Amino acid sequence: MIELIVAERCTDCGACIEVCPANVLDPGRGGPPILARVEDCQTCFMCELYCRADAIYVAPDCGRRVAVSEAEVLASGRLGRYRKHSGWDEWAEQFPNEQWLMETVFRRAGEAAAQARAERPAAAKE
Amino acid sequence: MVSSSLEELSLTADVLIVGGGMAGTWAATSAAQAGAKVVLVDKGYCGTSGVTAAAGPGHWWVPPDPPGARDAAVANRVAAGLGLGEAEWMYRILDQTWRTLPTLARYYKFGVDDEGRVNHRAVRGPEYMRALRQQVLGHGVTVLDHSPVLELLARSDGSIGGARGLRRQDGGRSYRIEAGAVILAAGGTSFLSHLLGSHTNTGDGYLMAAEAGAEMSGMEFTAAYTIAPAHSTMTRSMAYSFATYYDAEGRELDLPFGPDQTIHLARALQRGPVYCSLHRLPDDIKARLHTISPNVPLVFDRWGIDPYRDRFEVTLHNDGTIRGIGGVRVFDTDGTTSVPGLFVAGDNASREKVAGAISGGGNVNSAWALSSGVFAGRAAARVARSAARRTERLQPLGRTGLRPGGRPQTLDVAAIRSSVRAEMHPFDKNLFRTGPGLAASSRILEDLWSEVADRGHAGTIALREAASLVATARWSVATAAVRNESRGLHRREDFPAQDPGLAARLLSGGLERIQVALDRPSAAARPGQLEAVP
Ligand SMILES: Cc1cc2nc3c(=O)[nH]c(=O)nc-3n(C[C@H](O)[C@H](O)[C@H](O)COP(=O)(O)OP(=O)(O)OC[C@H]3O[C@@H](n4cnc5c(N)ncnc54)[C@H](O)[C@@H]3O)c2cc1C
Ligand code: SF4
Ligand code: SF4
Repeated sequence: MIELIVAERCTDCGACIEVCPANVLDPGRGGPPILARVEDCQTCFMCELYCRADAIYVAPDCGRRVAVSEAEVLASGRLGRYRKHSGWDEWAEQFPNEQWLMETVFRRAGEAAAQARAERPAAAKE
Repeated sequence: MVSSSLEELSLTADVLIVGGGMAGTWAATSAAQAGAKVVLVDKGYCGTSGVTAAAGPGHWWVPPDPPGARDAAVANRVAAGLGLGEAEWMYRILDQTWRTLPTLARYYKFGVDDEGRVNHRAVRGPEYMRALRQQVLGHGVTVLDHSPVLELLARSDGSIGGARGLRRQDGGRSYRIEAGAVILAAGGTSFLSHLLGSHTNTGDGYLMAAEAGAEMSGMEFTAAYTIAPAHSTMTRSMAYSFATYYDAEGRELDLPFGPDQTIHLARALQRGPVYCSLHRLPDDIKARLHTISPNVPLVFDRWGIDPYRDRFEVTLHNDGTIRGIGGVRVFDTDGTTSVPGLFVAGDNASREKVAGAISGGGNVNSAWALSSGVFAGRAAARVARSAARRTERLQPLGRTGLRPGGRPQTLDVAAIRSSVRAEMHPFDKNLFRTGPGLAASSRILEDLWSEVADRGHAGTIALREAASLVATARWSVATAAVRNESRGLHRREDFPAQDPGLAARLLSGGLERIQVALDRPSAAARPGQLEAVP
């Protein structure tokens, strides 16, 4: 669930409030958005993807809150990594969208499983 | 949300689209291309809401050349569908998907493989939905975000002429939209499991369709489950095709990759925690996982887990009707329902005719969401054009959770949601079904339904969602109780074999009282064999 908005990074653009499908955030009074309804967060990471300031940290934990230290998160380099690896905005040239490889992976897995099945009776005989 | 003092927002359209996921946005584009004035409303934000946005949908994709390829793909799917699929429908969605998907190139940068070929079929969810939003806006469609629909509006002849809802980022202001035709594309439901991206999908489209008089089909096929690291939502299965599993003592489990893996995994999870390692994933894929599916490694990274070396705990989340296939009964690939003026598309519709009795996830569901959207948009535009503008008072159709049958009372919505989860998620209730187990679930769900129907009055989206969840669970359980056999996604421990007499689709419907009936009765099925569920 969303655990943190780093105030120093937030430019108050409001994008996260708008794109959050679960309506978790409210505008803050002259500051970053408020985590108003964290219990509604569906842990989809969309707010991170749309935050160009890399100010948001969503913990992968769903259905439970976890303690998150702002200093640790800042030091970890994890802020903005999802947006970066997705090749959004300034990262477009460096991180290509390779989603097309998905079917290759499934095909290779199927072949590997079929091979394992074929080898199995022989192994059992040994 | 307290009813707002702000004045109601009132709009008119030729075509109103409820839900802005993959199906809704393709429908909006096609209706607009057909010349209709289109309004699209979403509970969340069109572009990030729904299960498409957080995932990476692979579309069912077979080019017309070589000529035999589609015949083979369809024949395989018909056989895999165990008697419930229809070849004709499959051909239609294959062809439409192949024609339409490349037209998104203006807004979506399709991937280019290592040989330099463009790959249209596998797209990344966030980029795909962002592109579909841009396409919709580019066609002049009016989009209302954060505007959940609460109920449909009917004309005096029973045909559908609009909808009413709330603007939740506008002080809860209510809105109403009058339209020549309405397309429900509000998705399926996972009954609030932690399936990635599924939280706004609470079955609202099923309840609203039923209130208008439509029936459901295939609601027993809700027993799809997908693996995720325990405590996470990351139900993306690709990397697990190379997984190795262990029990709590560290013994390797025999869970080979294949169609029955989920069942074996569920049985193992019933015995105790299961751990997983991805060390067998080929090195070239490990190196590129973050550019294939960037949100998959993200979870491990944040937990400080090296999935290629460490063992991490896994779980299964229920897919409900999302990777399952039930939904509103459709009479054509254009989502025509039994209610004039009402169309359904995507997961809001039953996908039995294109997926059969097995999961539509993996490729068919996306091809269906796209093409049913395109067909429905076109058909709705046509209906709207021919429907002469009548100025008549529209009747609101919402009942349960809006207009109580008895003395109103404040209800504990969180408790209702938990009760639905408790009947629809546990393996021993929904995956390994038994007659007595289903009967027990049915009693609990009937009580919940009566409570909401008799007392619920708040008219909030949360209460309507609760009503939709209970309604959907009731149809699912009632249908599963009637299908006294095991077929595809539906498995009955007390009836482990297929019954040739049940090689047919099951319809369900009704609000106060649920009925289940055979669709297209097969020759072997005796009429009257299926009774209304008490
Ligand atoms: C993780 C995951 C991976 C998948 N991968 C594949 C795949 O590779 N191939 C494949 O074929 N299928 C796949 N599927 C299934 C596929 O994603 C769905 O079948 C498809 O996205 C359905 O699109 P849809 O538009 O019908 O629903 P959704 O995309 O879920 O959209 C429904 C929309 O309706 C809105 N809504 C709900 N209620 C209301 C209301 N009351 N008022 C207004 N709006 C409302 C929601 O906010 C949402 O935006 C996957 C599913 C998941 C969960
Ligand atoms: S998107 Fe980022 S920068 Fe913009 S308001 Fe939200 S947290 Fe602040
Ligand atoms: S993770 Fe998803 S649901 Fe949670 S706050 Fe971010 S966008 Fe909203």
